Amino acid sequence: MPTRKERTVSPATTKPDTRPTRDGAAREGAPSRGPGPAPRKARLRVRLRRDRALLLMTLPALLLVLVFHYVPVLGNVVAFQDYDPYLGENGFTAMLESPWTGLANFERIFSDSAFWQAVENTLVLFLLQLVLFFPVPIVLALLINSVVRPRVRAVAQAVLYLPHFFSWVLVVTVFQQIFGGAGIIAQTLRERGIEGFDLMTDPGIFKFLVTAEGVWKDAGWGIIVFLAALSAVSQDLYEAAAMDGAGRWRRMWHVTLPALRPVIALLLVLRVGDALTVGFEQLLLQRDAVGPDAAEVLDTYVWWNGIRNQDFGYAAAAGLVKGVVGLGLVLAANKAAHLMGEQGVYKK
Amino acid sequence: MTRSPLRGWAAPPRPVWEEEPRKAGLAAKGIVLTGACLAVLFPLWIVIVTSLSSRRAITEAGGLVVIPKDLTLVAYEELLSGGQVQRAALVSVGVTVVGTLFSMAVSVLCAYGLSRPGSTGHRWVLMTLLATMFFGAGLIPTYLLVQALGLTDTYLALILPSAVSVFNILVLRAFFMNISQELIDSARIDGAGDFRILWRIVMPLSRAVLAVIALFYAVGYWSAWFNASIYLTDQDMMPLQNVMIQIVQKQEPPTGLGQMIRTNQLSPLAVQMAVMVLALVPVAVASPFVQRHFKKGMLTGAVKG
Repeated sequence: MPTRKERTVSPATTKPDTRPTRDGAAREGAPSRGPGPAPRKARLRVRLRRDRALLLMTLPALLLVLVFHYVPVLGNVVAFQDYDPYLGENGFTAMLESPWTGLANFERIFSDSAFWQAVENTLVLFLLQLVLFFPVPIVLALLINSVVRPRVRAVAQAVLYLPHFFSWVLVVTVFQQIFGGAGIIAQTLRERGIEGFDLMTDPGIFKFLVTAEGVWKDAGWGIIVFLAALSAVSQDLYEAAAMDGAGRWRRMWHVTLPALRPVIALLLVLRVGDALTVGFEQLLLQRDAVGPDAAEVLDTYVWWNGIRNQDFGYAAAAGLVKGVVGLGLVLAANKAAHLMGEQGVYKK
Repeated sequence: MTRSPLRGWAAPPRPVWEEEPRKAGLAAKGIVLTGACLAVLFPLWIVIVTSLSSRRAITEAGGLVVIPKDLTLVAYEELLSGGQVQRAALVSVGVTVVGTLFSMAVSVLCAYGLSRPGSTGHRWVLMTLLATMFFGAGLIPTYLLVQALGLTDTYLALILPSAVSVFNILVLRAFFMNISQELIDSARIDGAGDFRILWRIVMPLSRAVLAVIALFYAVGYWSAWFNASIYLTDQDMMPLQNVMIQIVQKQEPPTGLGQMIRTNQLSPLAVQMAVMVLALVPVAVASPFVQRHFKKGMLTGAVKG
């Protein structure tokens, strides 16, 4: 078996070299007189053969992403149709049979006041979360970072991370048990003769409630990234600042906060890019309790029209509008980050 | 000097340049942190205590119970003695276990396949995956696709559409790329192929990050309710979260227990809270075990991309 062993070993050992061309060209018997067209073809074949195990490994994930992410993108054609699921045996044939309507669905959307209400709710919620949610993890991280006792830190972190792992169903229900009409606060007030306390069904404060739920669930989790950035700050910087006479607060201002700057910029970019997606599951769960005027956002609007009312073409068009604007926001936010000299989501 | 029993709770020595904290500052810090922790724990406390309370204790308290008294397991016994909730819990456990194993297998393979520098086509595959982080296909087309594939009313509809998380793959990949190349080379010289290297060398070295990612996937499957709500019509197939919506949010008693509640043998509130506890226990138990690895995992994923 020495020959077989040799065959499997020799191309493999050249792998970390990242220059399989040499090996490949030599194999095909091409002398080293530069890259001609024929050896290049051979090179690819040899490289594919060499990396077939690695390629095979990526295949399942790639297939799943192609099927469940890229194929549906093509399915957005129903936005330009009067899609009728009963025209074909399955979704695909129905898509082929459905009549084309051009931009009729989009015209309907833009003249629908409920759609604009959903847009408004989405943006208001986004701004609220930006102002009331975004700074909380930063402050908490600074606080925990200033705790020197390791055990106290570990316990606080464990407790604060916990709600991130609860489902939205659970979080919404927990809030109901506290602030709802049958909740613990209403119960206590009733004993003191005050009736009718129910924050869960009050459209006026609903958006604050939703933000509070978000803070409860994910603010603790948001700490992690900031703590990681803080642990990377060199102690020498603090020492040098202290030598120069900087007190506790000055050290925070001139050493700690600048260290957080790139992370804050990155998360801001991600947030702005995601502005149109505000708590789909969370709002869907509470939509019935407060009514669509207060709780409808773009995602729930699509769900309501498409899944519930089976108006697929119309809902797909609304989803497409959201998707396109969302993509624009991500790219714009990232561009802004680059202009500010930060790295953003991807490198330039 | 004897070792203090408070090791870990006591403060380590400060660097010489750092000033002693002020009493007021310490107190304020303590109050804020305790308050934040209580804000998380108090609601859970109420839920757990109420689920364990007898019907009499709940009536006396006029609803939710804060101070435990007259504890009983009757709500759990009834819920787990067959019937809707027990079946839903089994469905959830099944979907979570199968889904997590499947997701991990696919993700680990893909992450390793993309982690070897200079391998053919890995840049293309990576771009294909990365691009999905910038755009979503939209709810309606995805729904129509799942329908066209004939997955509606099968458990596959709860697993396949959300089986791969590109973010998780990136975290794994970043970790795999940090494993020393010499180690992999020496295994290769000994005749190991890529699959064997992954199984025998890379995976044992990455236990921490594997645990974190597995927890992320498991929590995802355990918490999911939306896919079930749109892809399943058979009530008997519903996972626990969906049954919880029905029981707690819509205030319908679980099927089979309505009689016991009407005849006042069982408090509906205790039943509702017990369902919630069943839903939260697995994640609350699992997450502290992997907690110390979170930071590493999140950092490699979020910052290095």
